[in-house]
Amino acid sequence: MEFGPYLMLAMLEGAVTAAVLALTAVGLSLVFGVMRVVNVAHGEFFMLGAVLAWWVASHVGGPPALGFIAALAIAPLAVGGLAALADMTILKRVNYDPERTIVATIGILYILQQLTLMTYGPEARPVEPPFNTRLALPWFEWGEGGFQLYWPWGLGTTSYKLFVIGAAAAVLVGVWVLMARTRIGLLMRATQLDREMALAFGIPVERVYAMVFGIGGALAALGAVLIVPIQQAHYLMGGDPLLLSFIVVIIGGLGSLPGTVAAAVLIGLSDGIISVFFSPTLAKILATLLVALVLVFRPQGLFGTGSK
Amino acid sequence: MSDRSKTFALHGGVLALLFALQFVLPAYHHGNLARIMVLASFAVGYNVMFGYTGLLSLGHALFFAAGMYGMGLAVHYGGAGPVVALLAGLVAAIAVSLLVGLLALRTAGVGFMIVTLMFAQAGYLTVLYFTTYTRGDEGLVLQQAQRMLGSLDLSQPGPRYFAALGLFAVCMLAVLWMVRAPFGKVLIAIRENEERARMLGYDVFRYKLAAVVISGTICGLAGAAYGLLFGYVGATFASVQYSIFPLLWVLLGGAGTVLGPFIGALFMFYLIDLSSSVTSAYMLVAGVALVLLTLFAPQGLVGELRERVWRWLP
Amino acid sequence: MSLLSTRGLSKSFAGLQAVQGVDFDLPEGEVRALIGPNGAGKTTFVGLLCGRIAPTSGQVFFDVRDISHLPAHKRIGLGMAYTFQITSVFARLSLFENVALAARRRLHGTAEVEAAVMDALGKVGLTEDPERAAGDLSYGHQRLLEIAMGLVQAPRLLILDEPTQGLSDAEIAGFKGLIRELAASTTILLIEHNMSVVMEVADRVTVLNFGEVLAEGTPEEMHANADVQAAYLGTG
Repeated sequence: MEFGPYLMLAMLEGAVTAAVLALTAVGLSLVFGVMRVVNVAHGEFFMLGAVLAWWVASHVGGPPALGFIAALAIAPLAVGGLAALADMTILKRVNYDPERTIVATIGILYILQQLTLMTYGPEARPVEPPFNTRLALPWFEWGEGGFQLYWPWGLGTTSYKLFVIGAAAAVLVGVWVLMARTRIGLLMRATQLDREMALAFGIPVERVYAMVFGIGGALAALGAVLIVPIQQAHYLMGGDPLLLSFIVVIIGGLGSLPGTVAAAVLIGLSDGIISVFFSPTLAKILATLLVALVLVFRPQGLFGTGSK
Repeated sequence: MSDRSKTFALHGGVLALLFALQFVLPAYHHGNLARIMVLASFAVGYNVMFGYTGLLSLGHALFFAAGMYGMGLAVHYGGAGPVVALLAGLVAAIAVSLLVGLLALRTAGVGFMIVTLMFAQAGYLTVLYFTTYTRGDEGLVLQQAQRMLGSLDLSQPGPRYFAALGLFAVCMLAVLWMVRAPFGKVLIAIRENEERARMLGYDVFRYKLAAVVISGTICGLAGAAYGLLFGYVGATFASVQYSIFPLLWVLLGGAGTVLGPFIGALFMFYLIDLSSSVTSAYMLVAGVALVLLTLFAPQGLVGELRERVWRWLP
Repeated sequence: MSLLSTRGLSKSFAGLQAVQGVDFDLPEGEVRALIGPNGAGKTTFVGLLCGRIAPTSGQVFFDVRDISHLPAHKRIGLGMAYTFQITSVFARLSLFENVALAARRRLHGTAEVEAAVMDALGKVGLTEDPERAAGDLSYGHQRLLEIAMGLVQAPRLLILDEPTQGLSDAEIAGFKGLIRELAASTTILLIEHNMSVVMEVADRVTVLNFGEVLAEGTPEEMHANADVQAAYLGTG
């Protein structure tokens, strides 16, 4: 394949990554924005979503689509519930102190990860996508007859991948609607802006926190359910999404949702492109250094306002 | 007995006990304790930053690995003897901690934790990237011949234990001296109320930077020693696990106490040792310990002891 | 001879002008009170002086030297001592250690430090059980501890931000005596709301209102000044 089509392929793959990354990162960003805490266990919520999806799908018989839909409904809810529980039992008790929360969530990370290892095991297991037709994509060239389309061999995507992109976009719109247009979203934004005032107005801040933490985990799990038919479910799969979500949230500006989505698209696409053309390890090195340097020199990220 | 005498008696006593134990311990525990003492030195170094200065780093594996690889590469490619190799590891650790300090100290709190984590991750990935030199996850094995200090064979349990004890003694006594000296007291002041310390005329940035470099150097020395004494240099030691461990050891033992890091390392080592014979998911223990400590005993074992009984403990 | 002076010192926070073009001169050896209604910019002004806050424009001079770009810790090193408006001590450390930390920047050697610490604690009346944790003290006593921390530095300029707030009448009387004693060797700038303290200890008074100098003069002159009265009581 020539450069042009190759680049387009990389971008398409990157778009899928970006879609799932956007969902996961928005979960992390929401938690940080409203609760002002960093959840290091976020990647494990992602992993749990994938593992639960496998479990549900393997227990629901019939066509793969049925198992997938069941997983899509059950996994995010279960993980969200677990996250809310973790908030109420642990995070609340450390008073959401930033440093103690990070240490506690590191502990939660290991607990979730290792329990999964003990029950699910160290293997990677696949989940069948509900549908997966190959779609060949055209590329253009200037021939003798002028502008012409042709179908390079190897340039294509699948209907499922397009679905992932669309589904993620739909959910993100839903989250935006929730935050901007509903009463619950209003409560969350009020708590984010001024916790003391929210308390004074009788807003049940602790319940809002539990809900936000739950939604954050659920979004990560949802992203994982979408990606698991493409990747496989493995107990260590939380590490990369965690790192990438961190990168996205920090570059996009901690607490800024539009910034997060924009950064996710940027990072997802470039990660895809860099990984295709260069070594993935090098891409990761550059990404981690980028996060560190952005935090050091421009802590408000590229889109965020105010320092944190 | 004055506080000063009590302090020296206790810490001297611990070292004397460790010295005596090498003659009575069975082989398995003998090797473990040597390992623990080197890891405790790592923890002591971490404690300088976390316990005494109040800087929570999530990237200390970078310093440990810098020392380890500085030493390992010097031996493997440079044919250096143990002393020169240790020095190489030391220089590497100083350089890395200076660089990290200058950059990371521009952030604070959560930002600092993330920045240190990111630098350590970048370090780990760099070790993997240059796998042709570092052999990545597989690591470098140091031959017995390379670990001879004159006629002393550091790969043998006897000299190895002695060297580990020597390292731990030096690190622990250095920190003990430091925290009782004016310099250490300023670090504690910075931890307690940074703004107040600044407004008393102390250059807070310089003190923090010194803390980072001292911490990184001790941890790097521990890393170099670990590789030398146990004959193996590998990428695992640069991974995030080895950034979490010192935090865990210090939290468990007692942050801001001199003996805490050793107690924490000792306990955690055996806790994980016991659980790894039962399951491959032994890090579960680490996770549970972290949660319980953060929730119920942020002072750690020696910290609680100091709070309730022995107020003079440094 | 002006120990401390400012020229055109200003600070605005996102559109809010906290301090506007203040020209200020404090001669060496004087006790100056800085008064004004709440929100007048007194604490901001003093923050600009000691370097906690960076100015939007203007200059600060200490002993002829332009210190406008010096960081706070260096200004303290030149001989300024500062006590916080909201008491800020090392709560978990002992009284002794609190003052010792302040002393050690200047003094070396355990014996010398100990002597200076006990002397300073004596001057504020806190010699009982110096190993107590500072956080265990009453609010008023913590303020006295902060003053001791300022004293032990033997500063050329002592800046006190509302030092008598939270003190009992007896403690305030003691404080007045302390200031009179210190005035012989130290230049003192204090932000105060307690008028009896101002009238009794201050040589001169500067009145700030809305970030600008409204009036300056002896305590008696300020007491009689109609503008000052209006600023405090409001007009109509």
